Amino acid sequence: MLKYIGRRLLFMLLSLWVIITATFFLMRMAPGNPFTSEKKLPPEIEANLNAFYGLDQPWYAQYWDYLVGIASWDFGPSFKYKSQTVNDLINSGFPVSLTLGIEALLIAVSFGVLLGVTAALFHNKWPDYGSMVIAVLGISVPSFIMATLLQYIFAMQLKIFPVALWESPMHTVLPALALAASPMAYIARLTRSSMLEVMSNDYIKTAKSKGLSRSAVTVKHAIRNAMLPVVSYLGPLSASVITGSVVIEQIFGIPGLGSHFVTSIQNRDYTVIMGITAFYSIILLVCVFLVDIAYGLIDPRIKLAGEKKGE
Amino acid sequence: MEKLLEVKDLQISFQTYGGDVQAVRGVSFDVFKGETLAIVGESGSGKSVTAQSLMKLIPMPPGKIIGGQILFEGEDIVTKTEKEMEHIRGKEISMIFQDPMTSLNPTMRVGKQIAEVLIKHQNMPKADAKKRAVELLHQVGIPMPETRVKQYPHEFSGGMRQRVMIAIALAANPKLLIADEPTTALDVTIQAQILELMKKLQKQTNTSIIFITHDLGVVANVADRVAVMYAGKIVETGTVDEIFYDPRHPYTWGLLASMPSLESSDHGELAAIPGTPPDLTNPPQGDAFAPRNQYSLAIDFVKEPPIYQISETHFVRSWLLHPNAPKVEPPEIVKKRMRKLPSSFEQAILVKEA
Amino acid sequence: MDTDQLRKEDFELVGVKIEETEKISKPSLSFWKDAMYRFRKNKLAMLGVLLLALLIFMAIFGPYMSGYDYRTNDLTSKNLPPSAEHWFGTDELGRDVFTRTWEGARISIFIGLAAALIDLTIGVLWGGIAGYKGGRLDEVMMRTADVLYGIPYLLVVILLMVVLGQSVGTMILAMTITGWVNMARIVRGQILLLKNQEYVLASRTLGATTPRIMARHLIPNAMGPILVTMTLTIPTAIFTEAFLSFLGLGLNPPLASWGTMASDGLPALRFYPWRLLFPATFICLTIFAFNVIGDGLRDALDPRLRK
Repeated sequence: MLKYIGRRLLFMLLSLWVIITATFFLMRMAPGNPFTSEKKLPPEIEANLNAFYGLDQPWYAQYWDYLVGIASWDFGPSFKYKSQTVNDLINSGFPVSLTLGIEALLIAVSFGVLLGVTAALFHNKWPDYGSMVIAVLGISVPSFIMATLLQYIFAMQLKIFPVALWESPMHTVLPALALAASPMAYIARLTRSSMLEVMSNDYIKTAKSKGLSRSAVTVKHAIRNAMLPVVSYLGPLSASVITGSVVIEQIFGIPGLGSHFVTSIQNRDYTVIMGITAFYSIILLVCVFLVDIAYGLIDPRIKLAGEKKGE
Repeated sequence: MEKLLEVKDLQISFQTYGGDVQAVRGVSFDVFKGETLAIVGESGSGKSVTAQSLMKLIPMPPGKIIGGQILFEGEDIVTKTEKEMEHIRGKEISMIFQDPMTSLNPTMRVGKQIAEVLIKHQNMPKADAKKRAVELLHQVGIPMPETRVKQYPHEFSGGMRQRVMIAIALAANPKLLIADEPTTALDVTIQAQILELMKKLQKQTNTSIIFITHDLGVVANVADRVAVMYAGKIVETGTVDEIFYDPRHPYTWGLLASMPSLESSDHGELAAIPGTPPDLTNPPQGDAFAPRNQYSLAIDFVKEPPIYQISETHFVRSWLLHPNAPKVEPPEIVKKRMRKLPSSFEQAILVKEA
Repeated sequence: MDTDQLRKEDFELVGVKIEETEKISKPSLSFWKDAMYRFRKNKLAMLGVLLLALLIFMAIFGPYMSGYDYRTNDLTSKNLPPSAEHWFGTDELGRDVFTRTWEGARISIFIGLAAALIDLTIGVLWGGIAGYKGGRLDEVMMRTADVLYGIPYLLVVILLMVVLGQSVGTMILAMTITGWVNMARIVRGQILLLKNQEYVLASRTLGATTPRIMARHLIPNAMGPILVTMTLTIPTAIFTEAFLSFLGLGLNPPLASWGTMASDGLPALRFYPWRLLFPATFICLTIFAFNVIGDGLRDALDPRLRK
């Protein structure tokens, strides 16, 4: 188990290093100097600014400073808004994004599993077709279209929920739903196919041959095993929720980290783009890592083998 | 002897893309208390389907029991609901499957998998069931049962897992144990151990066993009586002695001739049965075995053979026993072993028209 | 009794008639024929094929149907609702939404196909070589892939688009730079699974060369999962294009893609809903079509599901 965690940790750090390095050099390659888009600055002021941001140093020194900065949880300054650092943006935006993300995650997992299990238990009957139609629609409608639709129908036309902003729990419902829709659909499909596979296993026959009731077989023997692939999907799921939130926050005018990210992209605020990318990557890789560990805890076969055996 | 199970003219079919597969086409047999009945046949002969249908474990759909009765202690299982079956499965009839690697739940501790049966059928409190699980593991010959109950199936070897399966199957003292090729997936030495264990436990508990296998060597070792199945029908039944020393059906001859044994190895001649079993979506007219049968008669291709009785316990479905049929000699290997059994009747008696 | 009336010749010894057993056993379908059969029976997948065929037809001929050009502004007819003149209405510059929609279909489908093909090429080469050669090379190649796999896809795409500027080419580059890893992993898994099977060993003992074994045995057998992965790459790419447009990283005007049209239409939703409705509907339909086709292929090609 320890060896397994160690290996995972190593790969996580490697991936992180690749991302940060790639981001750093990509941003240096980006067209123009950070200040070019603003009105022509007097040369001495530009030199001062360059010195302030360390841009007068050779690239390796800047790279090293950046790595050290991130290792000490400092994601750098913003070139556009001099009073703000990336850390400020993260501190103000991330709690909002996190709330939204967790809400969406809970919706996606609970409804996804419910739909998937129902579909599998009624395989090739109408609840199966019904769930899968919902799932296919959920996958086919991109989150920003889903968000617009929900906003149009439930806020503008029916006026059940507020159109936008982030003030009360009611404000969170539509964005969370929009964000949850496609992961929920994925989980439903994943749960269904994994349930069907598990249900065809011999040990389900064994459980039935013991005289256990249909519900006991389903709950105690099938669902737990069927959840394994779903658990390992939670890593990519958190990725899709985080990146999805970028768009959703924009549409609903939510002051989360995603909104800051979009603004920084639109302003070509390179250091902020870089900093938020690095932050997102850390969050994502940590999520994937935690999910892997959780998987190891749930599937007893992993402890001894030290590594996933088959699927 | 008292009849425990009586299967009468059981017919099972499976719906597939290519049409309905008639997997079991009118099978009848009895199981008496405390005996072991072996059902022997090639893969696809319908033996596993027959066995699983006794507990209604075949998936329905696509499977369907289209006719016949399964009388267990006089009550018909075919008409029972799923809810009623729960009180039969595991308690009255239980089952061991072929592959011990996949028949245990990989994410549940072994002890719990045994305890489930006890909690369900004997209303045992959890703690007692756990204690009993340790005893059961000990009984099936698993060393250090106290530590083993807390382990997961992947920590057991194949033979040990099959022992666990046996413990699960016997936990609620069922009257009938169905073993569906329980040793096929195991090494030969482990096979012998598992067979010994089953025989020992059967003696202690007086459980009846239906033993499904394609291996006649195993049959000789465990069975009291044997039923030979081909293409969804039983072609010959008899006691072990009758099947091994006085077989009458050409298919049984074929099986015996293709069985490697110590004596036959000197002569080195193993006879294989030519061809492949028929497609049961569209069973052939007459005797399904006829095209592969070197002793087939013209009538075999036209008309289903009737059943003849050779002794109190020996039944054969073959035209060769008709008074007008030519006398044929079984293959050399089989013939060497043949002997006159005292129980045989003077002459075969026609018992049932096809 | 009935049996007593049987004639003597009925009991003539006939013996083995193997042809009979061969004759009655049903004609065995080849793997691909069987898969095709199962695919055709899948109604949803066939609906997907039909939809896709229609979409491709319209992508080819649609832009010429209405007689308008996709980039000609006509400020006298801004934001017109759908009518006989303009079937899907017009946008804020008076351009015909119908023509732009099918022009957008070309770009979206092109981006999807190009991304899928590039992923396929790199993935099959990388995964195939790693899986087939095994050993240290495999170790190094797959660890590299693992590291790339850990990098969040959309973040990479966003970064590259910011840096490299917005064009169809950079978009495809951005999508494929880490996109191929998934394909490579799948191909490698399949190759590992297949390479130790008897028929491959058999042809090796018969002296077949490595490229021959790859071409003849491994690739055709790994085709199923590859095909499915490819089918599912296309909707991802279409989705990503729309997503980027939404972030303001889409294609530059006057180019029309579904993503740019949808994100332009979004602010005008309340007053001119058709400007969002049409591109959004076709994005959904296309993603839907590819998804159900991919599912259908997976079900048809998975031998475990064969009953």
